[in-house]
Amino acid sequence: MSGGFLSLEGVRKEFGGVFVVDAFNLEVAQGEFVSFLGPSGCGKTTTLRMVAGFEQPTSGTIRLAGKDVTFTKPNDRNIGMVFQSYALFPNMTVGRNVGFGLKVRGRPKAEIDARVKEMLDLVQMPQLETRYPYQLSGGQQQRVALARALAIRPQVLLLDEPLSALDAKIRVELRGEIQRIQRDLQITTVYVTHDQEEALSISDRIVVMSAGRMEQVGKPFEIYNFPATTFVASFVGTLNQLRCQVVDPVGGRLAHDGQEFRTATPVEAPDGSTVVAMLRPEELHFGQVDGENQMVGEVVSVTFLGALVRIQLSVGPARLTLDALNERRLTLPKVGDRQTVSFPPHAVWVMPAA
Amino acid sequence: MTISAAPLPRAAEPPAAEAPAKGNRFSSWMIFLVVGIYFLLPLAATFYWSLRAEKGKLGFEAYRRLFSDTGFLPAFSESIVNAVAAITLSLLIIVPTAYWVRLRMPKLRPVVEFITLLPFVIPAVVLVFGIIRLYGRPPLLLTATYDSSRVLLVCVYAALSFPYMFRSVDNGLRAMDVRSLTEAALSLGANWVTILRDVIFPNLRVAVLSGALLTFAIVIGEFTIALFMAQHTLGPYMANLTRSKVYEPSAMAIVAFAITWAAMGMIAYISRERKHR
Repeated sequence: MSGGFLSLEGVRKEFGGVFVVDAFNLEVAQGEFVSFLGPSGCGKTTTLRMVAGFEQPTSGTIRLAGKDVTFTKPNDRNIGMVFQSYALFPNMTVGRNVGFGLKVRGRPKAEIDARVKEMLDLVQMPQLETRYPYQLSGGQQQRVALARALAIRPQVLLLDEPLSALDAKIRVELRGEIQRIQRDLQITTVYVTHDQEEALSISDRIVVMSAGRMEQVGKPFEIYNFPATTFVASFVGTLNQLRCQVVDPVGGRLAHDGQEFRTATPVEAPDGSTVVAMLRPEELHFGQVDGENQMVGEVVSVTFLGALVRIQLSVGPARLTLDALNERRLTLPKVGDRQTVSFPPHAVWVMPAA
Repeated sequence: MTISAAPLPRAAEPPAAEAPAKGNRFSSWMIFLVVGIYFLLPLAATFYWSLRAEKGKLGFEAYRRLFSDTGFLPAFSESIVNAVAAITLSLLIIVPTAYWVRLRMPKLRPVVEFITLLPFVIPAVVLVFGIIRLYGRPPLLLTATYDSSRVLLVCVYAALSFPYMFRSVDNGLRAMDVRSLTEAALSLGANWVTILRDVIFPNLRVAVLSGALLTFAIVIGEFTIALFMAQHTLGPYMANLTRSKVYEPSAMAIVAFAITWAAMGMIAYISRERKHR
């Protein structure tokens, strides 16, 4: 298949006979924002580096705007890249850093100056043109790196964990900036991160990767609410996993530690078999609610997270995590309390037990 | 009689801890003094001797005679040109090599480091005879004329500078994120020459200067190789001077020291400037 602006077809990468990326197929539409999400060592950065041209695939094809660029040199691809370590040239001022790509292209000085100004305005740093990188904060340096990558008007923008080295507040702020700029410029963007919140908040689509393979490709809503594999379900967001016996597959009835509950749809497993029931912490709430499943457990921890309060209960051998929205009237349970929690049948999905 | 249960004052402890510190400081000063005397006494004696050229009074007559000697300035300028040429050649070889090894072949680094250390292992006399035997016969015959020998001498000096130059440049490269900087430049469309010239080299300025000044300090007074290759540089000039003059050799030694120390001072100053940055 070959319909995307950026397409990776059967891309595989081996290092010393061991594959780090395998069977990678992806079509990225023009102007789309796609994130590669996965734990360290899952191959997301290697895939990004193959798109940039810093690594060559062992097999497979990479196309950009219909042209095969699999073996095109990185300096001939017209791809902008932002690095985790900013990679600003320490010997150059902000202005010279931003104008570097245009200078090596031999553009006239007037054009370079105008583009530098335009880009620094875009990243909201118009007054810092004469500063050196060491005179800037981490967040400012990353804005300059973004401006530099965009100044060459790249066909694709690649961002390799660009916010990982920044503190939490700046990270959220800059995340919004990247999203705004990407939407304004409608530039095709591939973003690598291990931070699920970052990927969920910023992307049009997410590619969840594990051990060099694509686990699932989908919109953030789909990835979070309809994970295709156990890995995706557990890696994206917090997940409760309960090993259960199937009591009535057609009626969707399951039992964990002698407590029965049901799912909204029939369970595709034989009667008496073991499955894993999964549900998100935010689907659980204290007390009994008519028409919902109920379970009783003992509170083992209460963690205040600001906007949320995370409570863990032990239900037989399993732990259930419940996220309650914080409000001033909230009465927090105490450790050791026995509490009833409710959750709707549609919140439960079932996967085969490993 | 009441037995007091009050705890002993804790303030009593620090003086006990200070005692060894004082002892340490004294021995440190003693070592510094002894080493200082060991190094400075011969230098002071040489300087004193160089001031005694005029009978009955101390003065700079030996220096005046040295600088007005017709052989001094040509030998001095030839050594400077040789040093600058050797530094340039060494940089052209070492910077791309060290950069490429760090970027693409890090496993080869110990091998390259060993090769650059060879000038330390091979004595200068052995080195010069080897060079003359290798390059002094057809088809190369680089020792046929004075100028071709001089080219060969510059090449040898460049090789002599490898241990200093490689270490300086390699340390400079270690201090920067070579891979990210290179990849950032590549993604912006730069070729390898541009990357080396505009990104890597300027950021190695301090390291390069340190290596260059060390090389300069070594080459400026080098004697053995220059003598065997029949070059009229400062080293052989100094040796000749000792045979025919009394006070001028000491003046010359002080001048050579001053040049070396100036080079070292500049390295220290530049390094400090970088640290401030």
